[in-house]
Amino acid sequence: VDASFTPEQEELRAQARAFLEATPEPSWQQLAELGWTGVSLSEELGGAGLGFLEQAVLHEELGRALTPGPFFTTVAVALPALPPEEQARVAAGETSWALALGPLVPDLDTVERIAIAEGGGVFELVDAQRELLDTGDRTRPLGVLTGGEIGDRLGASDVLPEIRRRSLAALALEACGVGRRALELTVEYVTQREQFGRPVGSYQAVAHPLATSYMELELARSLAIWAAWCVDTGDSAADVAVAAAKAHASEAAVLACERAIQAHGGIGFTWEHVLQGLYKRALWVRAWEASGTELRAEVAAVLLDEGE
Amino acid sequence: VDFRDTPEEAAFREELRAWLAEHVPDELRGYGFGLHTEDLDAMRVWSAALHEGGYAGLTWPKEYGGTAAPLSHQAILLEELARAEAPPHVGVIGLGMAGPTIMAHGTEEQKARYLAPLLAGAEIWCQGFSEPGAGSDLAGVRTSCRVEKKRFVLDGQKVWSSYAHVADFCILLARSDPEAQRHDGLTYVIVDMHAPGVEVRPLRQITGDAEFNEIFLTGVEVPRENLLGEVGGGWQVAMTTLLHERGTLGVALVSRLEVAVRRLLELARERGASPVQRDAIAREWIELEALRLTAYRSLSALARTGIPGPEGSILKLQWSEANQRLTSLALDLLGPEAQLAGERAPYAGWWSQQQLRSRGNTIEAGTSEILRSIVAERVLGLPRSR
Repeated sequence: VDASFTPEQEELRAQARAFLEATPEPSWQQLAELGWTGVSLSEELGGAGLGFLEQAVLHEELGRALTPGPFFTTVAVALPALPPEEQARVAAGETSWALALGPLVPDLDTVERIAIAEGGGVFELVDAQRELLDTGDRTRPLGVLTGGEIGDRLGASDVLPEIRRRSLAALALEACGVGRRALELTVEYVTQREQFGRPVGSYQAVAHPLATSYMELELARSLAIWAAWCVDTGDSAADVAVAAAKAHASEAAVLACERAIQAHGGIGFTWEHVLQGLYKRALWVRAWEASGTELRAEVAAVLLDEGE
Repeated sequence: VDFRDTPEEAAFREELRAWLAEHVPDELRGYGFGLHTEDLDAMRVWSAALHEGGYAGLTWPKEYGGTAAPLSHQAILLEELARAEAPPHVGVIGLGMAGPTIMAHGTEEQKARYLAPLLAGAEIWCQGFSEPGAGSDLAGVRTSCRVEKKRFVLDGQKVWSSYAHVADFCILLARSDPEAQRHDGLTYVIVDMHAPGVEVRPLRQITGDAEFNEIFLTGVEVPRENLLGEVGGGWQVAMTTLLHERGTLGVALVSRLEVAVRRLLELARERGASPVQRDAIAREWIELEALRLTAYRSLSALARTGIPGPEGSILKLQWSEANQRLTSLALDLLGPEAQLAGERAPYAGWWSQQQLRSRGNTIEAGTSEILRSIVAERVLGLPRSR
């Protein structure tokens, strides 16, 4: 058993963090030049030839940085449904895709093309009207599609379970990044902020909830790494692993943001503070794909009903 | 990242499973995790068998009777012992606390005298740290240690000492210099539990059992050669002991929780569970997996860098709270029947006993309040609260 990332994976994380701090709103082309849009595609397709664990590192860092744009929508969700030549175009940064699986579709402001699942296949949807809706998390707006025509067949829909696993794992990792940053900002703040002549972080009533956030986020991160590894290796536990990771991590991130807002006091409640963005992303992630309650019902069915 | 056993780990696990299937005595199987002193002789025989099989002191250096195995083997051993519902080695305190402390701070004579019988289960150890006035604030110990030329003389009282009623030796922290700064005037000694002036009284706990004891010390003479470390240097020695208490504990706790979760799932399958209860059951299973994976992460960081990962600091904290939620949930599934004790109680009262016992989990080996402060100050780097 080796539960730690390799030095190369940690190096990728360090590079990603430095890049995203310097470039808060990178273009799709910039992400392609870094090799991110094709991170887990083969080199023949112009990808980086890495695995889902490396992609996982990027999801965690992009979540932490609240990077806008269609990386999650294209790379975590749509990519496996695309034929090799379209995957190669994504890797090259020439296009981006959303796979519309429900009435609400993310990133319609930035994705170029739309895919839908219909019957036993996945098809391109062409000439659909896009309506962007006001969304709490402004870095990942939701919208609706109307009209349009079914275009080319992209592939078979039997890829959808794999897409769900990748999507849930990616969301779990984003949540870890979001929650961790909220916690770090709070540690910094309560160390500097003084009331009654002492840093407020020296009060146990302030410090202990932050210790709880740390605990929950580390547990979440362990599950998220496991989920990513299961996806990477096609492990038989993948379905239950991604459900467990997404349920736990998204709820841990929301709680970490809520404790962060409380510990910041009034400033944490303002529009201008970055915490509101982190909190809204955490809420978005918690809501997307399946809630913790739904995912735990799936886990319970595996634990309690199988073999009956 | 690879959550599978390496071929070498898999081989060790397979060999161990076969060994356990053959050697765990049926009358002790499923005994839970406490020391069952009514079967002390059988426990000693089992411990000797573990020792002969090479499974006692697995990670200890060969020169001290261990097999110098990697930590991953110790983790596998703890997992498989729990899965086989095997009883513990009688030397729980010896293996986890006294032994490592003697290896780190003991003289060659002490190592030669104590380590081998400890591993073989021939001599049982207990710990004398806590006192009525010194719990979380361990530096507040008041048991006096009078330093004479050839001996120390102990007077005072220790409390919450597991296994003291059957122990042969005690690792004990006492105050040798009442004038010194709190942490400086402490001395760490090995006490013969059969010496005159040592009196042990069992402490009946909330479950009705007596796992712990009070130790009363009245003019107890301890020979000079039983000193560990320096006179006045007891605090540093005690920190070694506690490091081992908290360091190797993670995987053991996870393995115990795994057995409890397995039983919870059986209970829910037998009796049925409402959707709300099913949600809570799934939550507990997820928490268990999270804990297991976090223990692996901590061990992997240790193997890779030589330093245990900071995430290891949350294992006991999370385990204790998870075990409380889990056992409380079991009571919820059992309904009013859970209030019965004794033979007519469901599962012979195992769940209600476990639930009551779990209240101690957030107090023993570092209260949750102390552990949160450790995370806040040492891991997150928040300003000190005192």
